[in-house]
Amino acid sequence: MAEKKVSLGKEFTKGLIKENPVLRLVLGTCPTLAVSTSVVNALGMGVSAMIVLICSNIVISLLRKVIPSKVRIPVYIVVIASFVTIVQMLVKAFVPALDAALGVYLPLIVVNCIILGRAEAFAGKHSVIASAVDGVGMGVGFTLALCCMAAIREVIGAGTFLAGAQDLLVLFGDNVLNGFNGFTLIKEGSALSPMTVFILAPGGFFTFGLLMACANRIAERSGKPKAELKGCEACPMAGSCSIRADGGACEDGKEEASA
Amino acid sequence: MVNGKMLYVSASPHLRSTVTTRRIMLDVILALMPALIASAVLFGPRTLLVTAVSVSTAILSEYAARKLMKRSATIGDLSAIVTGLLVAFNLPATIPLWIAAVGSFFAIVVVKQFFGGIGQNFANPAIVARIVLLLSFGAQMTNWVAPFTWKTTPVTGATPLALLGTDEQLPSLLQLFLGEHGGCLGETCAAALLLGGLYLLLRRVISPIIPVSYIGTVAVLMLLKGHGDLHFVAYELLSGGLLLGAIFMATDYSTSPLNSKARLIFGIGCGLLTCVMRLFASMAEGVSFAILIMNLLVPFLERLTAPKPFGTPKKEKKEKKEAAKA
Repeated sequence: MAEKKVSLGKEFTKGLIKENPVLRLVLGTCPTLAVSTSVVNALGMGVSAMIVLICSNIVISLLRKVIPSKVRIPVYIVVIASFVTIVQMLVKAFVPALDAALGVYLPLIVVNCIILGRAEAFAGKHSVIASAVDGVGMGVGFTLALCCMAAIREVIGAGTFLAGAQDLLVLFGDNVLNGFNGFTLIKEGSALSPMTVFILAPGGFFTFGLLMACANRIAERSGKPKAELKGCEACPMAGSCSIRADGGACEDGKEEASA
Repeated sequence: MVNGKMLYVSASPHLRSTVTTRRIMLDVILALMPALIASAVLFGPRTLLVTAVSVSTAILSEYAARKLMKRSATIGDLSAIVTGLLVAFNLPATIPLWIAAVGSFFAIVVVKQFFGGIGQNFANPAIVARIVLLLSFGAQMTNWVAPFTWKTTPVTGATPLALLGTDEQLPSLLQLFLGEHGGCLGETCAAALLLGGLYLLLRRVISPIIPVSYIGTVAVLMLLKGHGDLHFVAYELLSGGLLLGAIFMATDYSTSPLNSKARLIFGIGCGLLTCVMRLFASMAEGVSFAILIMNLLVPFLERLTAPKPFGTPKKEKKEKKEAAKA
């Protein structure tokens, strides 16, 4: 596979908005919807996924010339699963409250499409440093999107912001934030009460749609196509798509073409 | 020049129907008035305040949303007023005013304008607003007051549907018909709702298919459930939001099917889901969820029942059978 010249700055910034994994590539929506009920959970999830993403990107990039292309997906999964296991054990040991809050979604990072997607679309054919930078950019983009969503959902749906922040930093001592444990914006017994529906699944979908529209708008202004599935050309990953390089089209592209 | 008048040549249409969105919406508003008056008599002047807040928020949000999205102003078609009224009709009289405003805002901005405005909404805005409020503010949404007490603090608890199955004293059928029981603003007075429905039918604003099939399905299923007990059937029909839903919400133009066959299925589906939820779910009421689910199915119903263009050959069912035989 031919190495492409890449600019590291671009590889980093593209993950923030233009190719934001959640809002533009629409990957990893399951953990996004499930975990974004509070900012602290979202932060924990985003950072865990980012660590796995960077590590697996580096290792897969290192091994890209060794891995036979026919079995590359199982190999990627093994690499990713190893890092997820490490991260999960670390979280269990040092931030038990987060492990309890995230529950099954922490081990499920293994099947997070963002990580496998980056391994397939980027790390498998770029240099180690570029892959690491791509991992950082995508990881930051994922965390940012999660935190934006969680902030909206937590403030409207529960009336708090950063609730349980102490639990996240329990590693550094029991009182590292001087007793600060999140803001309570809507107090118990006041005239206002939080809109619980935002914590529930329907509110998650509404918030998700809203943020996606905003990201589309920003990307559209900088001349990128909307994240509509209009065949392969509109796909934000078109530039690095391995199927397209062979002259084919993925399932999405075919469906749209026949419809 | 003919008789001194200029003759203009213009493109068709040359004749325009007087049926406009504004006229239809005005008819719906008129049809909702009896229920509004009834609720003011039953639950006191606060109902008018709740309605005013809800309607004015609806108009303001519609105006602001269209302005911000740089689209043409549509408050003139009066549809926002109808939505605001319907949202208010789904609230109890004790509701804090800001919740009424949140409901109208959600209905207009999220459900209607985000999806493209009037005619483009995927579900009835008032229904979605009701469900969102019910899921968010469960306690405030079920603070019923007893009729004629005109108090703003909740006095007595349950609606007739919630009382059904307990040992407490149930209101009589006449009380139900006149709306003398706890419940949301607009849903209690069956007489006023039926009057409004009759007006809409006479003005041909709504077709009778959806309300009749909806209410009919509920009646038949409740007859089966009650082993032929007519009193029980009447009780189920007159209580809860069934009449309000069947007459005013399920018949919404943009969220109900266009052709009669699909309308029939739509009404029966609403009735079926309402009965299932009333009889087997933990909540006492199921009308809003039933209508929402059927709203989402409307595109499929229309595709299933698309009428055959005149003159085209019949469907290939027979051909298939013959092919199977051979």
